[in-house]
Amino acid sequence: MNDPVLDISGLTVDFGGVPAVRGVDLHLGRGEVLGLVGESGSGKSVTALAAMGLLPAAAHVGGSVRLDGAELVGAGDKALSRVRGNRVAMVFQDPLSAFTPVYRIGDQIVEAIRTHQDLSREKAAARAVELLDLVGIPEPRLRAAAFPHEFSGGMRQRAMIAMAVANNPDVLLADEPTTALDVTVQAQILDVLRTARRETGAALLLVSHDLGVIAGMADRVAVMYAGRIVETAPVDALFAAPRMPYTLGLIGAVPRLDADAEGRLEPLVPIPGAPPAPGALPPGCAFAPRCPLAEDRCRETEPLLTAAGRAGKATHPAGAADPAHLAACVRAEEVGALRPLDVFPVPGTDGALRKAGPGGGRPVADDVLRVTDLARTFPLLKGAIVKRRVGSVHAVDGVDLDIRAGEVLGLVGESGSGKSTTLFEILELRPPERGSVEVLGRSVEGLTRRDARALRAGVQIVFQDPMASLDPRLPVGDIVAEPLRAQHADRALVARRVPELLRRVGLEPAHADRFPHEFSGGQRQRIGIARALAVDPRLLILDEPVSALDVSVQAGILNLLLRLRAELGLAYLFVSHDLSVVRHVADRVGVMYLGRTVETGAVAEVFARPLHPYTQALLSAVPLPDPVRERARTRILLPGDPPSPTSRPSGCPFRSRCQVFAALDPGRKERCTTQAPALAPQGGDHTAACHFPAERAVL
Amino acid sequence: MATAPEALLAEAASDDGLVARPPSRARVTLRRFLAHPTAVAGLAVVALLFVLAFAGPHLTRWSYSDIDYTALRSGPSARHWWGTNRIGQDVFAQTVRGLQKSLIIGLLVGVAATAGAATVGACAGYFGGWTDRLLTFVTDLLLIFPSFLVISVVSPRLKGGGWLVFALLLALFGWMITARVVRSMAISLREREFVRAARYMAVGPLRIIARHIVPNVASFLIIDATIAVGSAVMSETALSYFGFGVQPPDVSLGTLIADGTGAAITYPWMFFFAAGLLVVFVLAVNLVGDGLRDAIDPTSARRRPGRRRAR
Ligand code: SF4
Ligand code: SF4
Repeated sequence: MNDPVLDISGLTVDFGGVPAVRGVDLHLGRGEVLGLVGESGSGKSVTALAAMGLLPAAAHVGGSVRLDGAELVGAGDKALSRVRGNRVAMVFQDPLSAFTPVYRIGDQIVEAIRTHQDLSREKAAARAVELLDLVGIPEPRLRAAAFPHEFSGGMRQRAMIAMAVANNPDVLLADEPTTALDVTVQAQILDVLRTARRETGAALLLVSHDLGVIAGMADRVAVMYAGRIVETAPVDALFAAPRMPYTLGLIGAVPRLDADAEGRLEPLVPIPGAPPAPGALPPGCAFAPRCPLAEDRCRETEPLLTAAGRAGKATHPAGAADPAHLAACVRAEEVGALRPLDVFPVPGTDGALRKAGPGGGRPVADDVLRVTDLARTFPLLKGAIVKRRVGSVHAVDGVDLDIRAGEVLGLVGESGSGKSTTLFEILELRPPERGSVEVLGRSVEGLTRRDARALRAGVQIVFQDPMASLDPRLPVGDIVAEPLRAQHADRALVARRVPELLRRVGLEPAHADRFPHEFSGGQRQRIGIARALAVDPRLLILDEPVSALDVSVQAGILNLLLRLRAELGLAYLFVSHDLSVVRHVADRVGVMYLGRTVETGAVAEVFARPLHPYTQALLSAVPLPDPVRERARTRILLPGDPPSPTSRPSGCPFRSRCQVFAALDPGRKERCTTQAPALAPQGGDHTAACHFPAERAVL
Repeated sequence: MATAPEALLAEAASDDGLVARPPSRARVTLRRFLAHPTAVAGLAVVALLFVLAFAGPHLTRWSYSDIDYTALRSGPSARHWWGTNRIGQDVFAQTVRGLQKSLIIGLLVGVAATAGAATVGACAGYFGGWTDRLLTFVTDLLLIFPSFLVISVVSPRLKGGGWLVFALLLALFGWMITARVVRSMAISLREREFVRAARYMAVGPLRIIARHIVPNVASFLIIDATIAVGSAVMSETALSYFGFGVQPPDVSLGTLIADGTGAAITYPWMFFFAAGLLVVFVLAVNLVGDGLRDAIDPTSARRRPGRRRAR
């Protein structure tokens, strides 16, 4: 701390008069990992880019960024290029944009080395292979000759890290390095980052919106809101006793994979409102409009980042005298003792809501959805003019689901697991390629148009991206009324339902004449939900409904879904890649891998005692937003990426990555390589598709 | 300031007993259009032109075909308000008569061609498959069809009200390129989530086209229609020049302009009144188009400026 390698002070960035960063101070000690957290628009990425001098010319950068005492702000291009990639290196969110598509990966790394070091081409090439090996790329010598597009997302990110550490930098800046990746790949990449840091001893500035990732990696954390640091502290202190209401809210808003001692989940606390637009900041504390603790003095002057949080004079009452724990809040001392629920009121029923009691069994009701052995293949075509079929993509290859009335089934899987294809197959209401689909007790085989229309009224969908799923040219009232009109509802009913629906999802009925773009992301998703509820469906299909939203907003939507479900007795098919979210809302869970269901059961049961090796790996890869528990866990790291769904291996499709398989003796391996395991009951309604299911605690 | 209907709506909606009909797109669009001063002005100008075209002939004692042998090429006067032409016809009477034709031809061709393009393009793009192949085939066929030849064969047989059919003929040969563009836009719209959402909600395909596809290509359609209005007036002129379309003694703005061009410097009244009205007409249509585009596109920058402040 005494000798910061990277010292950012008073950094300001504005884009044409609109401030994005408003006075940021950060000190990165030698070999330290500093986590920079914030929601979208908080200015965290801009801060990192400004430190590297990588902002576009339109940005006006002020303040100072010193690398070992040398000023970088305002330094010439030449001076910056000497530093960039040499003393400071960057890992981006999207590695594809960091590589030139027409050069081989190895050559690009050689280039990076030779720009800053006086090495012969051969030596640099050897070093490049060494680096690729370091970041865990198999057969590095061969892979060095590959082009960027031949790598998967995870591999590219590894190669990017290899390039970043090529010149033994003092500082690594990683901007959301794992955001676009699946959780098992994220776990691999975080591991690679740790290795890379160990090898080079570089300090790491890790920018992320994911508190779990930060909890696992960072030594210190800085929280950004509206272009400023609002709290900074050592990681343990920050998570245990945050002093700024915003941090507290963020921590309370993240759904957690782990339950408390009694196996109960805390209700999520949504932070009300939305972050302010950069051009229209409120006077005083930028968080005041959303802060339940706001007082008049908060709105007068912007609180400074101090140990006690009080503007001007730093008092150190007993227990709050940690000089490394700074907060920009006038009530920091009080906040330290509070829990998220004390500060952020969870609207009446939302907080009290619990899912069907643990172990209480499944509701006795009829099925609203039953899918058995569903399959869907897409032809793989080749050729520019005359298309030939050269193979098949087995997008869905044996999915079983059943949902009873009033039940929530979470469907989890990584990208390419066939979750979305499954949904769309169900929603098309047409006879499947293989297997059967029964919706609300009716088989989709031989439906007439009239039947299909009636059936569609019982099943509605909420999409992932609320902006894309709402017609930008329709006023919200018309959007919400659409399913009603499709069912030929009369005008009086439409006129009555629309305001009622808007109110039900927490929107103003008077806003029915506004257009989707006039709403924030969370509000748009509420519109999507209102539309889905319009015709009183019995089953709601939710396709990643919160993954496009910031955590503080996401919590509000999840609470709304829980409330609606309790009030209306809805059943949900909740598709998500985020296991913590599924843990929070679902009663039962189905895990998919390569188009197949590999494990199903009650959420509490599956998460506590996962039987399939893939479920175990998946659960162990999810970072917990709790530094103490997160660091104490042992992780199952899956090797490689999921195989492509175009090949259909014999035996168990998970074999190539299975940690259990790897440890089996040859005699038993035989079974995995020759027989595809079927979904078999493992006690109760817990099923798993594995020949050698073994319990393993992973949380 | 919230406009009056908005305030009323807000009040009514918050009152449980009094159920307000949620504003539909048509009403919202109309409100936004009316809040657009230049668009309303454009609409007023078009209306005035119609009044001039249809009331004008009754205001003067000259008919468009009368010849006043006492006044050849005379300038504007109390007797001949806008002067007379080479053979003593009253320019005012002729211009308003020509205006009748050109207004109707222009608007009819603009609207009919664009509507046809929107229907064919959106259906081809949305349905795909053989519908697409068939419609694309027809489009391409008409595109390579010698339209000039067809019109020249057909129009001499049309007597009297024939120029209406003539306008439709012009429309028939004016929609294909637009349709192709609309088709490709519809293909990409078809895959958008909101269209998919509508499908899963049991909204019928024709309704999807009418409510989601066409409004989302409306900006393009409107620009295209405003251009089509102007160009229809001009292509009518070109065809009339070859003896099709509007035939002497009948006149259109196009034929008047064509006749008057040579005399534009020496006897300006023969040219400038007709040309001026055409320019005014096309400009007004453009203003209306602009306003309509902004009214339909909620994200357009020139939204009602008062609204943000009001809330
Ligand atoms: S300064 Fe006031 S408004 Fe800002 S976070 Fe603290 S209590 Fe809330
Ligand atoms: S069947 Fe064999 S390879 Fe497949 S998950 Fe079980 S142990 Fe692993």
